[in-house]
Amino acid sequence: MGRHGAFRGGVHPPQHKTQSLSASIQSVAMPRILTVPLHQHIGTDAICLVKPGDHVLKGEKLARADGYVSAPVHAPTSGTVIAVEERPVPHPSALYSLCVVIESDGKDTWTTLTPAEDYTALNPSALRNLLREAGIVGLGGAGFPSYIKLNPGLDNPIDTLILNGAECEPYITCDDALMRERAAEIIGGLRILRHALQAQQCVIAIEDNKPAAIAAMEKAATNVDFPIHVQVIKTIYPAGSEKQLIYTITGKEVPSNGLPLHIGVVMQNVATTAAVFRRIAYGEPLVSRVITITGGAAVNAGNYRVPIGVAVSDLLGLKEGQQPALLLMGGPMMGISLPSMQVPVIKTTNCIIAVGQGEMPVSLSFRACIRCGACADVCPVSLLPQQMFWYARGRQFDRVQEYKLFDCIECGCCAYVCPSRIPLVQYYRYAKTEIWAQEREKRKSDAARQRFEARQERLEKEKRHREEKLKKRKQALLDKSPAADTNQSIAAAVARSKAKKTPSVDPDRHS
Amino acid sequence: MLIVVLVFGALATAFGALLGFAAIRFKVESDPLVDKIDALLPQTQCGQCGFAGCKPYATAMANGEADINQCPPGGESTILALADMLQKDAKPLNPENGAHSVKRVALIREPHCIGCTLCIQACPVDAILGAAKQMHTVISEECTGCDLCLPPCPVDCIDMIPVDVTIKNWKWPAPNQSTRPDTRSFAVSS
Amino acid sequence: MTIGEYGLILVSTVLVNNFVLVKFLGLCPFMGVSRKLETATGMALATTFVLTLSSVCSYLVHAYILQPLDLVFLRTLSFILVIAVVVQFTEMVVHKTSPVLYKILGIYLPLITTNCAVLGVALLNVQANHGFLASAVYGFGASVGFSLVLVIFAAMRERLASADIPEPFRGQSIALITAGLMSMAFLGFDGWVRT
Repeated sequence: MGRHGAFRGGVHPPQHKTQSLSASIQSVAMPRILTVPLHQHIGTDAICLVKPGDHVLKGEKLARADGYVSAPVHAPTSGTVIAVEERPVPHPSALYSLCVVIESDGKDTWTTLTPAEDYTALNPSALRNLLREAGIVGLGGAGFPSYIKLNPGLDNPIDTLILNGAECEPYITCDDALMRERAAEIIGGLRILRHALQAQQCVIAIEDNKPAAIAAMEKAATNVDFPIHVQVIKTIYPAGSEKQLIYTITGKEVPSNGLPLHIGVVMQNVATTAAVFRRIAYGEPLVSRVITITGGAAVNAGNYRVPIGVAVSDLLGLKEGQQPALLLMGGPMMGISLPSMQVPVIKTTNCIIAVGQGEMPVSLSFRACIRCGACADVCPVSLLPQQMFWYARGRQFDRVQEYKLFDCIECGCCAYVCPSRIPLVQYYRYAKTEIWAQEREKRKSDAARQRFEARQERLEKEKRHREEKLKKRKQALLDKSPAADTNQSIAAAVARSKAKKTPSVDPDRHS
Repeated sequence: MLIVVLVFGALATAFGALLGFAAIRFKVESDPLVDKIDALLPQTQCGQCGFAGCKPYATAMANGEADINQCPPGGESTILALADMLQKDAKPLNPENGAHSVKRVALIREPHCIGCTLCIQACPVDAILGAAKQMHTVISEECTGCDLCLPPCPVDCIDMIPVDVTIKNWKWPAPNQSTRPDTRSFAVSS
Repeated sequence: MTIGEYGLILVSTVLVNNFVLVKFLGLCPFMGVSRKLETATGMALATTFVLTLSSVCSYLVHAYILQPLDLVFLRTLSFILVIAVVVQFTEMVVHKTSPVLYKILGIYLPLITTNCAVLGVALLNVQANHGFLASAVYGFGASVGFSLVLVIFAAMRERLASADIPEPFRGQSIALITAGLMSMAFLGFDGWVRT
């Protein structure tokens, strides 16, 4: 498979990756308290199965999936559930969400694990169910339940399976480290995914700024009984974005309101693939992941395997007496800023950046748009950020949608190059949530209108019913009152009998 | 002179016939604009606009008898949508009709409810469940926050509670400076 | 007339002697219907239909009724009659095919009757002694010029709606200033064609 031309646009921010690559992946001491949110994925919240006081083992299901687009949540360690309540979660709103809080018993005992070595004998649906029940979601950052991607349906045969090892965002190195050290697990997971999808070709995409990872994956891909192509791609942000990477590897575009499976492609992150392997080979559900700790204000920069639910405060070592200028979860381009260190690490957390003073310019004031067009030059989705900005700012949301607002991947390239430092992505996010809120309002008002009209009909019907009943009653009264008629017939009979009794005097009769 | 009259008469007759034929051929039955306007309104049926519900207000606007800024529950977004559809200038909400407030739903204080059904009869969307001498409850998902149940309640046991913001309905705020403050929108806050 | 001469009529009416920006006729719908691109396009199509049809009908009435009967002094009256009938007809068609457009155009649809560009075309045809085809081309060219300018202006007004305009200029003021600037731009075509 040849390399196709790269996508249009993109930027080259400074990478800042060496800081966290000086050592191999380390583990962390299990903290005493772990906070596990019930919503760590795209879709409906998981439904809690435990209550305070329950004792749980590592890997035991804490909450089950609710519906098709949902995922279960498992205990990251053995211990006691001390609370099921709203706690701070990593979300840009700084709002709370329902979490299971576990106090570790220090023993870290696994629950009964059921590996599935003979997975090839399982039918595809059963295999997908195993992965679903293991709580595996996209670990690249989106958190989409992975088993759904493995169910393209009979109408969409899968031609190409791509593993996403691009990791294009600056600062983040967790996938790089995983590829260097756990290449065999990734290949094992690839084998399982290939079987589940019956994919024709397998590609592992890695950016060219990761030579060690490339070497490790190429080595692990030799002597495998099916062909695996390790494709090295040019380093550019956002090469690792799903649709952009598919275009780079296959030359095909994912349609605007479609999915990769519609063009015969499925993509999974390398960490997700490794998690799939661990479930099938060892029976382990998703209870931990590798994350990168980095940033100018962090003393312990590096990659760590951490249990889900660890508080950031238990992970991040800060320089003595220094407060970070900013605390980011995710990368500098697409990450969110955390209100405090008391939030837990969740399945989709790939990086924590403790930004040192002056490390990243935080500019709160911005200038007027000068219509320079630099944003349109770098947009990887070939949108018109300038027009979307003007209309979002003017609250003309239908016009923003005409410029394909919902195709925006919020990568931040436009805001990165804007000379007026306008927070463009914030405008698009604002427009998107406003539009969703308006759609919700519309649905509610349509339902209210239906109820109102139904009520009007009901009242009308009742009124008509009452009037008819009244009419009938009046009629019945008229029929039923024999008094009037009987009196009349009696009077008539009396008159008749009187007439018989008194002979009529005939003046012509001679008496 | 006669020629003029004849010519014009003939012309007028000819054109009149043409128009008459066209009037029949291109006859239009109903007026869907009212429905289109009604679709933009929030359906609270609260009457704050001065009309007996959302459909009468929509009809009045279609006939040019009412202005577009009379709906407090709809707020700014409704005014903008109406301005767009009817090609009029957007303007601020008329303070005589009320003020736009955060969405609220009714809540009956159950210890005080006497089961009189007056609120059930007042609710325009049948969002209150109950029967005579039985407990009355508001179905919060259906409540539109119109406030019409408050006046009839003889024991004043209904409260209007603001709807919570959760992660599910949280909105990104507009960035700090300059969301367009003038011809399109008036309140810089949304 | 040769094809070249019809072409010149077209260029003249569309660009050089544009009815809105150079002759300053038809400014009412130009300002009133140009807020949104969709309505402007609808109005442009309606006016095109009216202009072309009434230009032709006016010519026919003038050439075959008024001139033979020596009633040329009645041309203003009869042209207005023709235009009114055509506009009524157009109104009915629009009402049937697109009731929303009908309601949105509102009063501006019947106001095409009083659009001085429409009567202007009819009278200018007479003044220039155009034949049947020349009248048709002239009317069509006038409407194309009108539509072009209306659509361009509407597109600009949409952008102006979200722009940062100083308080004193907002609304109609900036629209008129823009129209004036467009008019100056069209002066650049001056001298291309002499009619």
